[in-house]
Amino acid sequence: MNYSSYIALIPLLPLAGFVLLGLFGQRRFSKSAGILGTLILLAATVLAFYTAYNYFFVSGKVNGVYQPVIALQYTWLQFSPGMSIDMGILLDPASVMMLVVVTFVSLMVHVFSLGYMKGENRFATYYAFLGLFTFSMLGLVLSTNIFQIYIFWELVGVSSFLLIGFYYDRPAAVAAAKKAFIVTRFADLGFLIGILILAFYSGTLDFGTMIQRLTAGDSSQLAQMTGSTFLGISILSWALTLVFMGGAGKSAMFPLHIWLPDAMEGPTPVSALIHAATMVVAGVYLVARLYPIYQLNVSVLQLITWVGAISAFLAAIIACTQTDIKRVLAYSTISQIGYMLFALGVPAYSISSGTGYTASLFHLFTHAFFKSLLFLGAGAVIHFIHTNEMGQMGGLRKLMPLTHLTFLIACLAIAGIPPFAGFFSKEEILMTAWQSNRTIYYIALITSGITAFYMFRLYFCIFWNKPSTHHNDHGEGALNMKLPLALLGVAAVVVGFIPFSQYVPVDGRAKEMTIPISFSIAPVAVALAGIGIAWALYYKENQRPQQLAAAFGGLYNTIRRKFYFDELYLFITKKIIFNGIAKPAAWIDKYVVDGLMNGLGIATTRVSESIKALQSGRVQAYAIYFFGGVIALAVVFIYWWK
Amino acid sequence: MSSIPLTHILFVSTALFFIGMYGLFTRRNLITMLMSIELILNSVNINFVAFNKYLYPDKLNGVFFSLFIITIAAAEAAVAIAIIINLYRSHRSIDVEETQEMKY
Repeated sequence: MNYSSYIALIPLLPLAGFVLLGLFGQRRFSKSAGILGTLILLAATVLAFYTAYNYFFVSGKVNGVYQPVIALQYTWLQFSPGMSIDMGILLDPASVMMLVVVTFVSLMVHVFSLGYMKGENRFATYYAFLGLFTFSMLGLVLSTNIFQIYIFWELVGVSSFLLIGFYYDRPAAVAAAKKAFIVTRFADLGFLIGILILAFYSGTLDFGTMIQRLTAGDSSQLAQMTGSTFLGISILSWALTLVFMGGAGKSAMFPLHIWLPDAMEGPTPVSALIHAATMVVAGVYLVARLYPIYQLNVSVLQLITWVGAISAFLAAIIACTQTDIKRVLAYSTISQIGYMLFALGVPAYSISSGTGYTASLFHLFTHAFFKSLLFLGAGAVIHFIHTNEMGQMGGLRKLMPLTHLTFLIACLAIAGIPPFAGFFSKEEILMTAWQSNRTIYYIALITSGITAFYMFRLYFCIFWNKPSTHHNDHGEGALNMKLPLALLGVAAVVVGFIPFSQYVPVDGRAKEMTIPISFSIAPVAVALAGIGIAWALYYKENQRPQQLAAAFGGLYNTIRRKFYFDELYLFITKKIIFNGIAKPAAWIDKYVVDGLMNGLGIATTRVSESIKALQSGRVQAYAIYFFGGVIALAVVFIYWWK
Repeated sequence: MSSIPLTHILFVSTALFFIGMYGLFTRRNLITMLMSIELILNSVNINFVAFNKYLYPDKLNGVFFSLFIITIAAAEAAVAIAIIINLYRSHRSIDVEETQEMKY
């Protein structure tokens, strides 16, 4: 089957939508922009599903192994005969899976936004930005080489920035947009350096060639990279760590996680799309892309494992104390991405096969559905009662039956209760951790209990707790808001049953992955315990949560203030960097650089002031100067110029 | 005729040159300044002709040069007088001290 006839349309259709709506949207399509953008994306989604069908069921397998297919390749910048930056489309199990996720979630968000963003001032601009984001994200997942991924990586960063700052008249949104952009840019600096090191040593940017050159046991490039060291660590480890730093920044991993909770200032459907389902998992996807190289480097994998595990645990604890429903979801996103990352890294502790890879991508897949469902559900709630604060909600189950049902499904999914989607992927991750490193396994187990607790704290606070005080004046939401909830709700139930290891294995060979029932007992019990505690504390309005918080006093406050990470960063930037680097730099710029330029200008002015009287306008004076010059030259030539 | 030495002729031309120079520097009337320039040019002509006559009697290069100079002097006079007339129209004067606007 030839993909090249239509595959390029999948990313290019949203781009066309962006250009159309961006240029003419506000004037021509101020009302119809939503429908237009949604239809364009519907076409892209249909093509993406068709591609996935073709790849997984018709033509992807050669001799029972999924082969990576380069569907399109176009040489863009040729540096030297062996080195060029290409633009292309790579199809392999991971990218096709992401293709489906991105287009589907994006379509759901497009549809949901029809209701949620209705009547906004910059409605068309909003859809233009969504199109730009979808284009960039699709370009990212389909990249054939590491530089192309970097370009689209930055593009998703820009669209995320634009969408977080969509309400640009709100100072908090502007600050959040800047924060997100600066933090991820800082991480991307590491990514870029990592790319350059990898490209320099392996002599290629192409993923396939690079992996081949850096994993073959007898390759000279690999020997060179592991042989040479910098500060006692091999160049290969440096490069992979730096690339991972970019991924950690984008995926909001500890300690670069600070931007994600603030990014919730953007419109809620945007949070569902960018900051839950797609963009933030780009870091996981990046590591998965280069996984064969990472696999050989145990120390970097251990780093990834611990970064993931610590993020998962810390974010879960913080989520328990937050009262803004979107912030709770944001921390839960950090926590779940932490799961995916340590699932990638943890096989370093054993000689296991690629189960971590499959488990991680499986969790990415299921997480995309239930987390975007949670965000859209939260969006529906916020749309209904116009606040983000949990304290002002309660008793909404009667007023919003569909939202209640789907939110419950998503909560059960993320808590890991069978048979919802999250259960299956979490089991695989826990299984991988169990086989490799028990410490990580116990951290993951505790985290999953905390996850269940804070998700159900959220659920009970919104839908039960105290009786509702809201008037049912405008209903639960239009059909275009209910439909995505329903579809994602169905997805959150059924996607767990996909035999994922058959389709997205690390080397393209389908594997059976079986988890004994007895293994599932502990995680499910822990999750149920978490739900039980949440039920005891939040099912009915009571004083127990406050008493508990008071009992823990200092600890509770530390957690509620997010372990003072924001304050720490502010201290480092404002006190150390501003005073230690920025101020001297500003002084040098002001007095040395500017001083030099101003001095030159002043000197020129002075000199010309003093000699301008020579040009007096008196012709005879000029004649005398001229004659004097001639005489002087004559004297010089006659007496000195021998 | 040939008994007049070259130095005498050069003396005449030098005198003429400096008279012209003096006139150019001291006279305020533009017409007079133009005439002084003519004097300077003529002193050059004398030099050309004299050197041609005494150093290379069989050639005519110097003579041709002076012919060119005379032609150019005529053209220059035409241009200069046109400028002077325009100046007179705008300033009602041809005194060089009156026309000092073209400066910094």
